[in-house]
Amino acid sequence: MTEIIMSQTPPILHGPSEKERKYDRQLRLWAASGQSALESANILLVNSGAGTVGAETLKNLVLPGIGRFAIYDETQVSEADLGVNFFLDEDCLGKSRAQSLTQLILELNPDVQGSWYPDEDVKTLSSLLRDSPLFTLIMYTHPIRPEQLAQLEAYGQQHKTPLVAIHSAGFYSYFQINLPGAFPIVDTHPDETATTDLRLLNPWPELVTFAEELTKDIDGLDDFQHGHLPYVVILLHYLEQWKAAHDGKHPASFKEKTEFRKIVQGAARTNNPEGGEENFDEAAAAVVKTVVQPSLPSGLKEVFEYKHTDPAEQRSGFWLIADAVKKFYEKYQCLPLPGKLPDMKAQSKVYIQLQNIYKAKARKDAAEILQIVQATPGGEHVDPAEVDLFCKNAAFVKLINATGGGDGGSDAQISRADRLKSAAELEFANDETAELSLSPLSLLPIYLALQATAHVDLSSEEGFTAEAILAAVAKRVPGAEKRERVVQAANEVARAAGGELHNVAALTGGMVAQEIIKIVTKQYIPADNTVVYDGIGGRVQVLRL
Amino acid sequence: MASTDVHPASEPARWTYLDRIRTRPGPFTNPAMFSGDGVASFMEQIKILVIGAGGLGCEILKNLALSGFKDIHVIDMDTIDISNLNRQFLFRQADVGKSKAEVAARFVEKRVKGVKITPHNCKIQDYDEDFYMQFQLVVCGLDSIEARRWINATLVNMVDEEVEDSIKPLIDGGTEGFKGQARVIIPTVTSCIECQLDMHAPRAAVPLCTLASIPRQPEHCIEWAHVIAWDQEKPFPQLDKDDPEHITWLYQKALQRAQEFNISGVTYSLTQGVVKNIIPAIAATNSVIAAACCNEALKIASNCAPFLGDNENYMMYSGNDSVYTYTFRHERKDDCPVCGQLARDLAVDPAWTLRELIDSFAARPEAQLKKPSVRAEGKTLYMQSPPSLEAQTRPNLDKTLVELGLEQGQEIGVTDAAYATVVFKFKLKFK
Repeated sequence: MTEIIMSQTPPILHGPSEKERKYDRQLRLWAASGQSALESANILLVNSGAGTVGAETLKNLVLPGIGRFAIYDETQVSEADLGVNFFLDEDCLGKSRAQSLTQLILELNPDVQGSWYPDEDVKTLSSLLRDSPLFTLIMYTHPIRPEQLAQLEAYGQQHKTPLVAIHSAGFYSYFQINLPGAFPIVDTHPDETATTDLRLLNPWPELVTFAEELTKDIDGLDDFQHGHLPYVVILLHYLEQWKAAHDGKHPASFKEKTEFRKIVQGAARTNNPEGGEENFDEAAAAVVKTVVQPSLPSGLKEVFEYKHTDPAEQRSGFWLIADAVKKFYEKYQCLPLPGKLPDMKAQSKVYIQLQNIYKAKARKDAAEILQIVQATPGGEHVDPAEVDLFCKNAAFVKLINATGGGDGGSDAQISRADRLKSAAELEFANDETAELSLSPLSLLPIYLALQATAHVDLSSEEGFTAEAILAAVAKRVPGAEKRERVVQAANEVARAAGGELHNVAALTGGMVAQEIIKIVTKQYIPADNTVVYDGIGGRVQVLRL
Repeated sequence: MASTDVHPASEPARWTYLDRIRTRPGPFTNPAMFSGDGVASFMEQIKILVIGAGGLGCEILKNLALSGFKDIHVIDMDTIDISNLNRQFLFRQADVGKSKAEVAARFVEKRVKGVKITPHNCKIQDYDEDFYMQFQLVVCGLDSIEARRWINATLVNMVDEEVEDSIKPLIDGGTEGFKGQARVIIPTVTSCIECQLDMHAPRAAVPLCTLASIPRQPEHCIEWAHVIAWDQEKPFPQLDKDDPEHITWLYQKALQRAQEFNISGVTYSLTQGVVKNIIPAIAATNSVIAAACCNEALKIASNCAPFLGDNENYMMYSGNDSVYTYTFRHERKDDCPVCGQLARDLAVDPAWTLRELIDSFAARPEAQLKKPSVRAEGKTLYMQSPPSLEAQTRPNLDKTLVELGLEQGQEIGVTDAAYATVVFKFKLKFK
């Protein structure tokens, strides 16, 4: 009995816990759900090359409290490491780099578990992959030995593990995210201003009645009431008038909307000290954005049209809900109502009533979707909270890597090589007109030049010459090696000869950590799929390669 | 005693990677500006100032120490709080309550041998131009617009056209959630922070009448507790936003009010966020922005590659939806009150009272002045201080602009104690 009574009283007032205080600034971004996903994650870093970008990425994951990590790094700490890597000091010289990094990175957050390899028992990457608990995500840094890369890719395919390749050298870097299949995100955190969906052109009966009730004697209202009509109600009232005068049609063209806006603005009372009414100003300002027919956003369209190649994938909660929303959309020609009402000038009571009308309709729509889901085989296990979240965000649901899933194997390799060639063709063609279109030049040359050294051992001198880099580029994208900007990029990569600049490694490690957080929490939108950074021009380009 | 200092010039093995870049020209290096031979020892001579030892500051100190800078100073007046530990990686649980500048300086000095870091546990306003003149570069990692405007005005004021060394490049970073920006300012040469002020418009304030009588949002209830209930009831002598007891009081007040109006959503965390104006912050974004700033510092100090500031000077970064940067040139403004010469047009209603004019400066994106004093061609219209002058000029507040004899096209000078050296010049344009 006591328990029931407890749940009905307001929550007991208590300050935040120690953990909530420590993570306060990030919980405001990804909430407890995101934090719990982070804390359940187990990340592997295969650290090769100069070794800083991997450490910097891990720092940015350990601080917010990733569950556990492992570092696989075969090298011993050298003098050169101390000039570029903050998580190594003089006491580490000659010791295992994996061990030293793990120890100094673990100092950052006592909540995090970390381990390092190779050690006494686990001597190779393949035995680590075989014997460890499953990794949530694997990142590796270039240059890496081809056989190790092959092991990681095999693991990624077998266990559907996202892989992130990172390469940082001199002023340049890139990273590439390799997701195991189509990657849907519901909690995309769109811009607050983009999410307003008022359904002014398709109001439901409760909303219509409410608006009519408030405006049936609009001219007879006293100034206070008139000046506190919520703008939603004002717009619904004048839309009805417009329809009556225009054969039942809404203002559709820009010209009609401008005219409608004038009508709304003109209806404000001006015989007051302010010379106008704020709520009517709000109404007029909202016309262009809110007097719109519902449409299907491109992100959701892609979800609706997605062809499954994996039956297991199709039975996941996301796809069952997406199917139900599609049915709902086909039936009503609009999405479930998100139910959020923006703030607007109004009396408290009236605003709360209106807010409840939107909330109730949103709940009704979500219940209908849930019903469709539950009627589908496998749908009975779907969490209603997942349905609610989907309905609230339906217009902003996003599918990443929509065309990358499924096949795998050697076919994927072939198509990836072709994709690079066609991307190069497109990028080089864009560069021809970049000056005219005022767009920045492509960063693909940086990717090509770095990629050419992806497997070159750091001690190799001839592998880092511009000639060797251009020869490797020519093999992947014939003709590219003759382009001036590719030659420049090759020379810049040759200048670094596999060495890292700390700033570029830190910047890249920041970007990679952001992306890993997005993938692990399934919040915000990860990059699809290659991010190239130019530390000379100070900018980034995302390429799909 | 034998020195344990490690100098890049004398420790080539340690600085192999850095030296490949800063001592050898690349395809984009300007040969007329670059000499690889002396660069390492030149950089050892540079004195560089870091403002802020918080989320960006910790990263900046680490990055500069690993970029070959040897003589670094850092200013921060704050002490370490538990909510810093999710990103300010030079601090541990045991450091809570200690000076940020001091703990950060000691940590980096210990980790990177041969670098000297001098902490200043104080406000930037505690120092004068003589102090700032000793540095060649300034890197800012601040969360306050006011502090940025102050250091910007100070550095612009210090420029003496005859003395090249009086120009101190200012590199400024800022973050919010997954977003941020990095910019390079060459005082009097490029657009300055004051020129760019309207890019950081203040959030619109909720009208007092909404708070007082028609709240609709949980934030309105919290602001009511903060602005109105606290003043009426004065539960503690002075509001301390870091005292959980005070925040709890505001939270309970806000919650009561919300229940009265059937408003949902007031939580402790939201109360704290609204009252303290908390900006979400994570390690990853600080890492990106601080490194972008320090990358420019390295390029400026060594000329090993072209830096931002010459042509493009501003990089916007966003990681919310994929990764996006926009790097562009922000133009100088001739009517910038700090680095420009001309008075800025100010649209006003001649029927406004002086009080209305004064209140309008807080909300104007290009002014953002909270306590302005106003003069017009020799006449003092209103002064915030000293108290005697305030009392003397107070009656003017209720007079209209016309009654005060102000005319179309007239120039007024506005000052604010927060930026003592700046006179914001405006030219009245009657509506």
